Amino acid sequence: MKKVLALLLAAVMVAAMFAGCGSSEKTTTETAAPAGGEAAAAGTAGAVKIGMSGPLTGGAAVYGTAVQAGMEIAVEEINAKGGLQLELNCQDDEHDTEKALNAYNTLKDWGMQVMAGPVTTAPCNVVAAECANDKIFMLTPSGSGASIIEYGDNIFQICFTDPNQGVASADYMASHDLGTTIGVIYDSSDVYSSGIYEKFAAEAQVKGLNVACVEAFTADNKADLTTQVTKCKDAGCDVVFLPFYATEAAQVLTYANTIGYAPTFFGCDGMDGILTVENFDPALAEGLMLLTPFSADASDEATQSFVAKYQEKTGIVPNQFAADAYDVIYSIYQALVAGGATADMSAAEINDILVAQFTSMTFDGLTGKGMTWQATGEVSKSPMAVVIKDGTYVGAE
Amino acid sequence: MKLKQYVSRHRSNLVIYGVVILGFILMQSLSSAKLLSSSVQGYLVPICAYIVLAISLNLVVGISGELSLGHAGFMGVGAFTGIVVATLLKTVIANKVLLLVVSMLCGGVLAGLFGIIIGLPVMRLRGDYLAIVTLAFGEILKNLINNMYIGQDVNGVHFAIGTEKPVLAEGGSMIINGPMGATGVTKLASFPVGFALILLTLFIVLNLINSKEGRAIKAVRDNRIAAESVGINVTAFRLKAFVVAAFLAGMAGALFGLNFSSLTASKFNFNTSINILVFVVLGGMGNILGSIISATVLYVLPEALRGLADFRMILYAIVLILVMLFTWSPKVKELRSVVSAKVSGLFHKKEVGADE
Repeated sequence: MKKVLALLLAAVMVAAMFAGCGSSEKTTTETAAPAGGEAAAAGTAGAVKIGMSGPLTGGAAVYGTAVQAGMEIAVEEINAKGGLQLELNCQDDEHDTEKALNAYNTLKDWGMQVMAGPVTTAPCNVVAAECANDKIFMLTPSGSGASIIEYGDNIFQICFTDPNQGVASADYMASHDLGTTIGVIYDSSDVYSSGIYEKFAAEAQVKGLNVACVEAFTADNKADLTTQVTKCKDAGCDVVFLPFYATEAAQVLTYANTIGYAPTFFGCDGMDGILTVENFDPALAEGLMLLTPFSADASDEATQSFVAKYQEKTGIVPNQFAADAYDVIYSIYQALVAGGATADMSAAEINDILVAQFTSMTFDGLTGKGMTWQATGEVSKSPMAVVIKDGTYVGAE
Repeated sequence: MKLKQYVSRHRSNLVIYGVVILGFILMQSLSSAKLLSSSVQGYLVPICAYIVLAISLNLVVGISGELSLGHAGFMGVGAFTGIVVATLLKTVIANKVLLLVVSMLCGGVLAGLFGIIIGLPVMRLRGDYLAIVTLAFGEILKNLINNMYIGQDVNGVHFAIGTEKPVLAEGGSMIINGPMGATGVTKLASFPVGFALILLTLFIVLNLINSKEGRAIKAVRDNRIAAESVGINVTAFRLKAFVVAAFLAGMAGALFGLNFSSLTASKFNFNTSINILVFVVLGGMGNILGSIISATVLYVLPEALRGLADFRMILYAIVLILVMLFTWSPKVKELRSVVSAKVSGLFHKKEVGADE
């Protein structure tokens, strides 16, 4: 009797758990501060609900939180203007495909009308299929995998695709005479890193670059990258291409410094944020080159204002992820306004408006002037090489 | 009379089936009445997969008494086999459910094969050594998938391992693209099939536990020397439990893999193995219903705590610690037995009263 009772109670508890989360999922971290004061006005009842998911915790959190902060700044600015209001909801996906799907479903329950995420490529692959299926417009700030936009006509990217970065890096090295012997270290277990390397290798062959040393590591053995760096040194490489994220790059730079190896290090957009990696001496990043669409030292007013606001909010200099996120919100806003979208429209209606606008409009943002999108969802903007000098990014041209 | 005997002998098993079937009927009716939010809808299939994984690992950890830390490896083998089979047979089998079942079976069989290959050397070890070797094998399986390329074009199926990608003819597509994993997978998994898989798992595992083999396996767990002395082939029985668990994990993996449009091998790492082990330990070693409940609750918990934003993972950890204390601390156990004695005493009195 006792056992049966206990089991029944347990079963009821499980059922209650399900029923409970069905209704209590409404609790969200709403970040759309009605700072403008006009938000509550009866005329503009409600706001367009924009969902974002990204790694807010875990190893890739530096990107997720940068995107979140960038988006929050953009939404606050737009809402302060009056007119069309936006509401942002950021969910954590821990850079995991399974959690990303859960985050997406949570956002859908919240009533999301536009998906401004996810931040990283692997979650993007999962969420893009759902967005295409549910007819929710998706614009990822930084999911750069080439496969993402293949899921549907309503999936767009604001960052370069990985293949483009690989090709552009090889082209840049060939045309700027950075060095004669090139070494590559890449993360063979990572979608982003191996995606770039694959195209880089192909383009390097076309351009006749001398790639003398190719070393790989995986997510499981990245705690120690000394072997790879030493091999590049022994091969006499004077340019080392590092198509991976800043945390690992920090290790490479630190170790290269201790063995007195000083080639030109060259990275891609994932390298962005290296100056803020914990326990890393930014002085070691002097002379590091990277391909990125954004540099925080640009003198135009928009960048200056964004950098100031971002620093006020987070205390650090924004990286390219934050700028991409800021552009995502503004480009969606521009398209919403131009297409006459209102907050009471369904996600599918807004989807149609945004797809029509994005394939026809031109957008000026922090990460590029005159950006346009192809029907496939790929953005066309030109990458910019920057070099780190005195602790900030400076245009390398 | 016979039925009564059967019921009284198999009461705890029937309760497990009952809870699972009730849960299914409840969720399925809520789902068809459109009362479930999309997030809860999204949990259903992963929960089914994790329940099967927890039960199958319980067979190894709880019943057979081996600490296996590589369960996610079998899950990964099943998942990617399932994806490849589903993609290749897409044009041959039109029925989605049938295609899913076939893919899951293939995933299970291949994972079972790997279970045999791994089990043969591993099952000669015990204790910590076994834990370390299973951990290593789990990682090896993950890395194998991470370096595997399978593509399909008009000429047939291409396979390569290492860094050299196969070159496909015009119109071909990669099914598994090395570290980039599988993308553009047709989602086939459905809750009813997941439920059927749980039932199948329960049927296999419960019958195994209550059979002659099951008693032999438990005898090996409880006292290896005593079991050997009565002529039980220790390695064979441990291997049996291990391979059955691998087979079930492979099927669950295929169900899991076909629930997502994209999958990378890094999903099946050490953390996932530990996660499944946590389900088993918190649910109680050897306690099948416990595994089912803990897999469900622990999967939903971090998602249900989303509202707390940054604090949710801390809270999740606290809940784990509390459950551990609640189930294993001697003081709490004592308290619990006192409370349950009082509660059952209450019921007993009532029953006596009713008789009068």
